[in-house]
Amino acid sequence: MAKDTDNLLVVPAAPAESPLDAPFPSKRMLVNLGPSHPAMHGTVRAVVELDGETIHGMKLDIGFLHRGFEKSCENVTWTQVFPYTDRLNYVSSIMNNVGYAMAVEKLCDLEVPERAQYLRVLTSELHRMCDHLTLVSAMGLELGAMTVLIYGMEARDLIWDRLTELCGARLTSNYARVGGVSRDMPEGWGEKVERTLERTAEMVDEIDRLLTRNRIVIDRCRGTGVISRADAIDYGFTGPCLRASGEPYDVRKATPYLVYDRLDFDIPVGTNGDNFDRYLMRMEELKQSDRIVRQCLAQMQPGAIASDDPRFVLPPKPEVYGSIEGAMAHFKIIMEGIKVPPGEAYACVEAANGELGFYAVSDGSGRPYKLGVRAPGWNMLMALPQIMEGRMLADLIPTFDTVNMIGGEVEQ
Amino acid sequence: MSQAPLQKLKERFPDAVTETYAGKGGDAVALVKKESVAEVCRFLKDDPDLAFDMAPYITAADYMGSEPRFDLVYQMYSTKKNHRIRLRVGVPEGDPVVASVTSIWKGADWYERYCWDMYGIRFAGHPDPRRLYMYEEFVGHPLRKDYSLRGRQPLMAERTVDEPFRGPGPTGG
Repeated sequence: MAKDTDNLLVVPAAPAESPLDAPFPSKRMLVNLGPSHPAMHGTVRAVVELDGETIHGMKLDIGFLHRGFEKSCENVTWTQVFPYTDRLNYVSSIMNNVGYAMAVEKLCDLEVPERAQYLRVLTSELHRMCDHLTLVSAMGLELGAMTVLIYGMEARDLIWDRLTELCGARLTSNYARVGGVSRDMPEGWGEKVERTLERTAEMVDEIDRLLTRNRIVIDRCRGTGVISRADAIDYGFTGPCLRASGEPYDVRKATPYLVYDRLDFDIPVGTNGDNFDRYLMRMEELKQSDRIVRQCLAQMQPGAIASDDPRFVLPPKPEVYGSIEGAMAHFKIIMEGIKVPPGEAYACVEAANGELGFYAVSDGSGRPYKLGVRAPGWNMLMALPQIMEGRMLADLIPTFDTVNMIGGEVEQ
Repeated sequence: MSQAPLQKLKERFPDAVTETYAGKGGDAVALVKKESVAEVCRFLKDDPDLAFDMAPYITAADYMGSEPRFDLVYQMYSTKKNHRIRLRVGVPEGDPVVASVTSIWKGADWYERYCWDMYGIRFAGHPDPRRLYMYEEFVGHPLRKDYSLRGRQPLMAERTVDEPFRGPGPTGG
């Protein structure tokens, strides 16, 4: 019986001389994707060598968004660098602020008050949610599921509304300062954040129902853009892209900074290292960030939001207006910049895409002598030609989405 | 931060590692001679006790006026041992060529291109030694301290804006 059905499935081969069997003549051609292309986030130019629809070679040409971040930073005071860091990863700017502030504080050997540490973690995690929501919804859009974008944007804008109430801007938050943060939570803000989180969780569930078991999404993401654990480490992957390949490295757990050691959260780790796992990492981290924010709100105690070290932090306003010492301290910090002790330090935080490191060198004047940025997206973008070698052109789109290249930080 | 990797490195390369110290916040830092970079990096990656398997973050700094002028910085991390180390390599202005580490970590590729582009440090053995951000016609290296802050080199002539409130578009009727 089994044998009969086996025979039924065999398709008789057409005679080889049939004109229908003629091979499709194809020659390799070069296709230029970008620098401005709807499927390329930011402005990256990819030159792709195609044979039919298979990618045989690929070179990336970046730098269209290069605006001399480091050169600019070397020519302004330490405090004036904060707005520049906002523009690195513009979707989650507070994490850049915090990373830079931690590098300067390492140079100054400065302690940050506990409430400021909680505020930094809380806002960082809110911004991590924004970043992941952007990625997931943009990925949905580019794979043809536009509804996902609408849900994702609503959730993201709700969070941005809360951050606007806190620091006055949706994207360019400029929130952290050397020694603390710029503002405390407004009255009743905590409850509003909790309501926002509830609404966001509903949206995330909606996105989850639309994408995670979606046949098209699975077909396009499962098994595409694969990178092995060893290769990912060799390329310097960090963040969700590294964890999707099975390596559980997360700066928040490996070398806990701020108050992450007091918070209870999990790090999702994938196994396949493909686009689908990278997507799943983001969906799970959205839930984990939600947990962290709630714990921060519950654990936070009233207190100072900035250090009171007069060498590095502006004095309180009543002192500035009421005493000559206060006015002079204020004037000197504003005009000359913070006098950061000479030396060099590297500090890193777990940003939405991975390890965001700042290498700062001070010569003792009020300006950074050198400020290097280890942008997490750099390594992921660098590996793209190898990931795509021998794969279909269509796979490039979800892969480009999940490595989440952010022009602002990669091209500086 | 643990200083054990420094000790081991110093024992293995008594000549190539000229100095080790605990930097700000306890960072493990080693000063390495330029000639031995590839050898030291190979050891740091392959030794089972050190196992710096993740591609390093490579950057440079220009200490104009001191000798050697450039400082090449390798910030490394080990996923197996969860420790970090920083190598600092002095690079003189007269001979700014360092052995590439792209054969040790693939992820060193763009960072080395960045150091060439921004500081003019060459990497011997790099498979694709182009500039990273700037275009090939660009003259000079923008992050050197003697490169002007306003040293613009447009490929095409920049448009002049007559009316600053209108922008460079057509003036209309």
